[in-house]
Amino acid sequence: MTTTDTPRPVDADSARTVSKKRPRKGNSGELRRAVPATTLLWILAALYGLPVLWFVLSSFKPAGDLFSLPLTVLPHDPTLSGYKAAWDSANFSQYFINTAIVCVITTILTVGVSCCTGYALAKYNNRWLKFFFICILATTMLPSEVMLAPEFLVVRDLGLYNSFGGIILPAVLTATGCFMFRQFFLTVPDELVEAARIDGARELSIFMRIMVPISRPIMLTLAILSFQWRWNDYIWPLLMLNDPNKFTVQIGIQSLVGAQNINWSVLLGGSVISMIPLILIFLVFQRYVMSADINAGLKD
Amino acid sequence: MTKSAADVSVRPPRRRRSTYTLAPLVLIAANVVLFALFFVWPAVIGLVYSFTNYTGVGAFQFIGLDNYQNLFGDSTFYDALFRTLLYTVLVVPLNFVLSLFIANLVVSKQAKGASVARVVFFVPWLISPIVVGVLWRWLFGENFGLINYVIEKLGGAAVPWQSNADLSLGVVVMAGAWWGTAFSMLLFIAAIKNVPTSYYEAASLDGAGPWRQFVSITLPSIAPTSFIVILLNTINAMKEYPLFVSLNNGGPGTSNNLLVQYIYQTGFNRGQIGYASAASFVLMLILMAVAIIQLIVNRRVENR
Repeated sequence: MTTTDTPRPVDADSARTVSKKRPRKGNSGELRRAVPATTLLWILAALYGLPVLWFVLSSFKPAGDLFSLPLTVLPHDPTLSGYKAAWDSANFSQYFINTAIVCVITTILTVGVSCCTGYALAKYNNRWLKFFFICILATTMLPSEVMLAPEFLVVRDLGLYNSFGGIILPAVLTATGCFMFRQFFLTVPDELVEAARIDGARELSIFMRIMVPISRPIMLTLAILSFQWRWNDYIWPLLMLNDPNKFTVQIGIQSLVGAQNINWSVLLGGSVISMIPLILIFLVFQRYVMSADINAGLKD
Repeated sequence: MTKSAADVSVRPPRRRRSTYTLAPLVLIAANVVLFALFFVWPAVIGLVYSFTNYTGVGAFQFIGLDNYQNLFGDSTFYDALFRTLLYTVLVVPLNFVLSLFIANLVVSKQAKGASVARVVFFVPWLISPIVVGVLWRWLFGENFGLINYVIEKLGGAAVPWQSNADLSLGVVVMAGAWWGTAFSMLLFIAAIKNVPTSYYEAASLDGAGPWRQFVSITLPSIAPTSFIVILLNTINAMKEYPLFVSLNNGGPGTSNNLLVQYIYQTGFNRGQIGYASAASFVLMLILMAVAIIQLIVNRRVENR
């Protein structure tokens, strides 16, 4: 239990420092191999980082300077006018609030539901549970994009068209979430459940009192993933929402791109603003995202 | 060794666990309802509607296999299908090679500053596909993009990144691989770290170089992960939509309309729900083929 409680990156890091401390021979040979590897790594990192850097730097340029030649890397007089224009003009603040509401509610529901399902799949052994597991597997292969039209009709017939419920409910069931929890609960020894049963605990209180608290690291990882998925969703909200007051951030940005004459200043500002929440979440919870647990359901 | 691994692990708990019915039922209830509502129901009515001329409202008639016949006679559908397959065939291997290579570099002890670099590689994944499209559109703009500016400065001619269909697809492939690297890399890093170091030590004692070690130890050891990465990326590539919409809007013209966009347009712009459902089912069958491979691989990995 103690091993499952500690987040994995800590283990990995400690393992790495141990191996670093190990005495090495042939320091010059080490250096000779370190130089090309390091160079290559940083060239690639530059290739991956530069597009973002150029994008973000451009967003600080005043609208008039965006296309003035010669292009300069650093903005001459950095300004937030693009951001301000985006925030004010395109009803962006409303989109932001909408998206945040959808993301938070969906994430909470996804984590809760996945935790329950994952536990049931891991710790009970009924035939129909196995069948349901295969059903959940099937949903990964056939995402909602594939059944756009019929799924739209279903949600419409449920009376959820043009409401946040229509975006939230179809997104709650995720195979990845169920996998992650199932995989985690498989590592929890059965003896723990047995001991609680012998002490007279009821099934659901075993789950609520023992299992839910120890699965906190997985909850956080899935919460971050789920938040990211929903923040980035585009096609489903686009189909579901008709009322501009309910649009999400991604729809707002796409409507700027789809315009006849793209207002790049506003578009750049809006795009960078839309990136901020996820980057903040990532920076705060980095180790949970980077942890190997992320692929618990997909691997091994 | 007559018993398979699965038998051994399943046998002892079966006696104790199977008496519980109510608790697991309560626990999965919510997901069962969601599964029935948003998966089974659409799949069933989708299949039914694909044999009708339903337009979303009013009455409809069963028209047999007409939708499917029209679909296979529709050159726009073939173009979309071909473009989707081409995109998948290009982006999946590119993503695979890049992420595997980067994962190896990040894990190797020789490369310095790997933990910082890892964050840099990770940033694209945090950007939504729509914004990724905007970003690459900004970078590869024909008249204003940085790339063409640099090319012209170096004495080249402006490259028609937007108005040439193939180059336009190329930009999307680059953007897709750039965006998807982080997640695949994460899976690869985990897999590579799981390979016992003793293998490498033994190999280097026997005089195997880094390339030889990679081919003979790393690649076989991470094979299950490689399969999963390829299959997940294939499924994702087959249903790509937002990236195209914001990068080139399926253009120039309609040359880069992929299947999901085709389904979207026939179903919602032209209101041919029945026809769009038929197209959905063709895409579904293709993904099903991919899915079956994934199931087999999953099973093999779990029984290992």
